[in-house]
Amino acid sequence: MNISGAQQKEGKSGQYLIEFSGVTKVYGEGHASMQALQGIDLRIDEGEFVAIMGPSGSGKSTCMNILGCLDMPTSGTYLFRDVDVGRLTRNQRALLRRYYQGFVFQGYNLLSRTSALENVELPLIYRGVPVHQRREQALKALDTVGLRGWEAHTPGELSGGQQQRVAIARAIVTEPTVLLADEPTGNLDTSRSLEIMELLNALNSNQGITIIMITHEPDMATYAKRLIRFRDGLVETDMQNGRAK
Amino acid sequence: MWWNTILLALRAIRRNILRSFLTVLGIVIGVAAVITMVTIGKGATAQVQQQIASMGSNLLMVTPGKRLGPGQSSDIVLFKESDGEAILREISSIAAVAPVSTRSLQAVFGNQNWSTAVTGSDNEYFRVTNRSIRTGRQFSESEVRAGAAVCIVGETVRKKLFSGQGGVGENIRLEKLSCQVIGVLEAKGQSTMGTDQDDIVVIPLHTYQRRISGNQDVAMFQVSVQEGASTEKARTDIGRLLRERRHLSASDDDNFNVMDMKEIANMLAGTTQLLTALLAAVAAVSLLVGGIGIMNIMLVSVTERTREIGIRLAIGALEYDVLMQFLVEAVVLSSLGGLVGIALATAGSYVAAKLMQVPYIFNPGINLLSFLFSAAIGVIFGFFPARRAARLDPIDALRHE
Repeated sequence: MNISGAQQKEGKSGQYLIEFSGVTKVYGEGHASMQALQGIDLRIDEGEFVAIMGPSGSGKSTCMNILGCLDMPTSGTYLFRDVDVGRLTRNQRALLRRYYQGFVFQGYNLLSRTSALENVELPLIYRGVPVHQRREQALKALDTVGLRGWEAHTPGELSGGQQQRVAIARAIVTEPTVLLADEPTGNLDTSRSLEIMELLNALNSNQGITIIMITHEPDMATYAKRLIRFRDGLVETDMQNGRAK
Repeated sequence: MWWNTILLALRAIRRNILRSFLTVLGIVIGVAAVITMVTIGKGATAQVQQQIASMGSNLLMVTPGKRLGPGQSSDIVLFKESDGEAILREISSIAAVAPVSTRSLQAVFGNQNWSTAVTGSDNEYFRVTNRSIRTGRQFSESEVRAGAAVCIVGETVRKKLFSGQGGVGENIRLEKLSCQVIGVLEAKGQSTMGTDQDDIVVIPLHTYQRRISGNQDVAMFQVSVQEGASTEKARTDIGRLLRERRHLSASDDDNFNVMDMKEIANMLAGTTQLLTALLAAVAAVSLLVGGIGIMNIMLVSVTERTREIGIRLAIGALEYDVLMQFLVEAVVLSSLGGLVGIALATAGSYVAAKLMQVPYIFNPGINLLSFLFSAAIGVIFGFFPARRAARLDPIDALRHE
């Protein structure tokens, strides 16, 4: 379960944080099979802020699940800091998620009947952070997403937007290397959405957290420094600051 | 981490408090039943042993008649008083011999009457049966010899016939015999066989023979063997002596019986222990059934909380973390059931012991054992559901509605 090899290798050849080569994903078998990803090549550097857009069914979410080590490519390789994720065991992938990645799910995925604070504390519990420090960090993360005073509320008592922000707080509380966000502003009004984008922007520029975000809204995508468009399971365009890469 | 896991488990249990309670009810009942059975059983065994000891474990009962087998008729040759005297005189290891003849009679005082066991014997009777006079006195030698109209009554008889603490000095009527109460026996309670040992009137043997039975027979002898002497040896000695006195030839069977109280005691204790073990085994089965109940509910719980498990796995929980979460939940649940069961059993066996007039003996061993067993049931029956939870695929689990 040792993934510290990643850091040792880093010096030698690890120029990329994430490297996809020929990644495909096929769901189902035979006639019923569906090719979600047709062969993706992708390189993302540490510190980038990437927006992924594309019509539904274009493979964005599948790509995101593979990035988050929740799903495995059918073929091709996914290197995370030069570690071949496809060769890791289930538990090693869990540790990779635990120590390097933060994930904001499309449907919030908060624990119901559990307070916002405890939801945010959850990843810290698995990191073995002592209770005091845990509480402090969780409160700070909630403060960052503008939910000071709401820590005792359960998801059922929070609006969709608030739940979305709890989910973001949970993803950033560990100060991960990479933040993967599947439509983080999907349920927010424009002003809240802009706040969240400012927040992500700040995390990216101040703390150097790599951000990969799926969005449907071009306005939000403009915050990112790089925009990747998906179509039919392939990368259609890849623009860096408005220029083709 | 451990503390977190236990807190988490307690919270999950509290969240579904009614369901949790119903789930562990099997364990609660199982633990309570096992502990109660064993406690009552131990109490009963202790009581039997204590009663035998108080009766004198060196007591032999000499009764007339053969040990009856199938198809055998008995021709009972009753004892005479002289047989008892001979036993005491001839066998050196004998401490005391009491002749005992008993008949059920109405005891009457004023307008009170009570049916009781009237025993004809002498002062040796009190010695052999380990009883003492609480108020009044024993028979005097002349009363024994002459067959005087005096009696010593048990506490039950005294209570039924006389009000308050009275009794000594009054005259009661036993059928046609009017006799004076000269003493009251120290109360002794129920015997092993469940008879009231205080429901008794003792009169001198000669009085009994002359005024009640109308013959010179003695129904049986109660013999106490000297402290430290072998009861087994005394038994054979008595057997040999009686065969001689009864002129039995070598081919004849004994037409009398010498029984050892120790034998009876061991037999009774053995029976009680066997019954206890059987009942405890039945109760243990209910523990097993309780465990299956826990497994069932844990499986339901895993299915219900698939999404939660998915979230935990997605944000960095290892299989081990999820396994432990559910395993600890099952163990905490079953251990709580065990604790409730112990509390219930303590109250239950205390009340049951009181009702059954058996001494209540707290037994730390069985309490600890039951608790550990209930925790073990949590581990055993919680493992399968917990492993199922741990092996869920995070993506599938997150998609679960």
